Amino acid sequence: MMERAIILAASAIGVGLAMIAGLGPGIGEGYAVGQACAAIGRQPEAQGKIQSTMILGCAIAETTGIYSLVVALILLFMNPLVNML
Amino acid sequence: MDVSINGPKILFTLPVLGGINITESVVHAWLVMALIVGACLWLTKDLSVQNPGKKQIIAEKLVLMVRGLVDSNMGSRWAHFVPYIGTLFAFSFVSSVLSVTGLRSPTADFSVTLAMALVTFVLIEYYYFKNKGFFGFFKRLTEPIIVMTPMNLVSEVATPLSLALRHFGNIASGAIITTLVYGALTALSGFVLGWIPNTFIASIPIMQIGLPAVLSIYFDLFSSAIQAYIFVMLTMANIAGTAD
Repeated sequence: MMERAIILAASAIGVGLAMIAGLGPGIGEGYAVGQACAAIGRQPEAQGKIQSTMILGCAIAETTGIYSLVVALILLFMNPLVNML
Repeated sequence: MDVSINGPKILFTLPVLGGINITESVVHAWLVMALIVGACLWLTKDLSVQNPGKKQIIAEKLVLMVRGLVDSNMGSRWAHFVPYIGTLFAFSFVSSVLSVTGLRSPTADFSVTLAMALVTFVLIEYYYFKNKGFFGFFKRLTEPIIVMTPMNLVSEVATPLSLALRHFGNIASGAIITTLVYGALTALSGFVLGWIPNTFIASIPIMQIGLPAVLSIYFDLFSSAIQAYIFVMLTMANIAGTAD
């Protein structure tokens, strides 16, 4: 029982640590959107092109955050470590 | 009060091949397919060149939108991809939006998005083979130098995996956050009204007014549309990239 409790506690801490990876995409996407806004300000006629490129870039930048989310979800809902006891 | 976050439930089991579990995702995916096919049949009923009706204008607009998307991202030589891209977008968008009705959306299941991504992966490999030939197909894995082959293989596998994980992660996280917020709001209204002895008044969900609607607009409508668009855009970029 004690081992199980330790694993669950460590997993909970691990979930929190994994979600720190949300920092990176946040900063990256914010920078990308800021640059896109500046680009639209300079060239309002290219808005459509800039917007679709920005959304695509944001999606790719988001990937690392999504990976961390998947790790967190696995640890929370289908913890593989508990079965290793 | 209990908040339960589960994977898709198993609704019934097909008694073939040792029992195939039919989950909510499968049933809802068939529902989505029926919806899309029904909408297509309804929109394209009695088409006419002379006096197009309102439905026909909507249908033409949708087709022209997908055609424009493919044309601007892949070029006119890939025009035969319009049906595939349109199907992918429609399935992804309608599946994600299905969560508005309270049903679990099929795209919140990793298996569904992985299946969608694997179709794209097969297409990518097929077009590499077609455009580069037998030797070119293997040669591109050894570029720029032969030492990079393991990296190239990993990035080859990472393409469909990241496509699938991105779509799954966004939709599933939306579903989880919505569930958590509903649980929190239920607890909160119980806290605000629970001291009233009258059970009818105490059970009024007073805190659930307003906030879930805003969340639903973001997670169900906006996020679904963006994710479908991104999935389609990356598919197009990857497939069109095989010709370079």
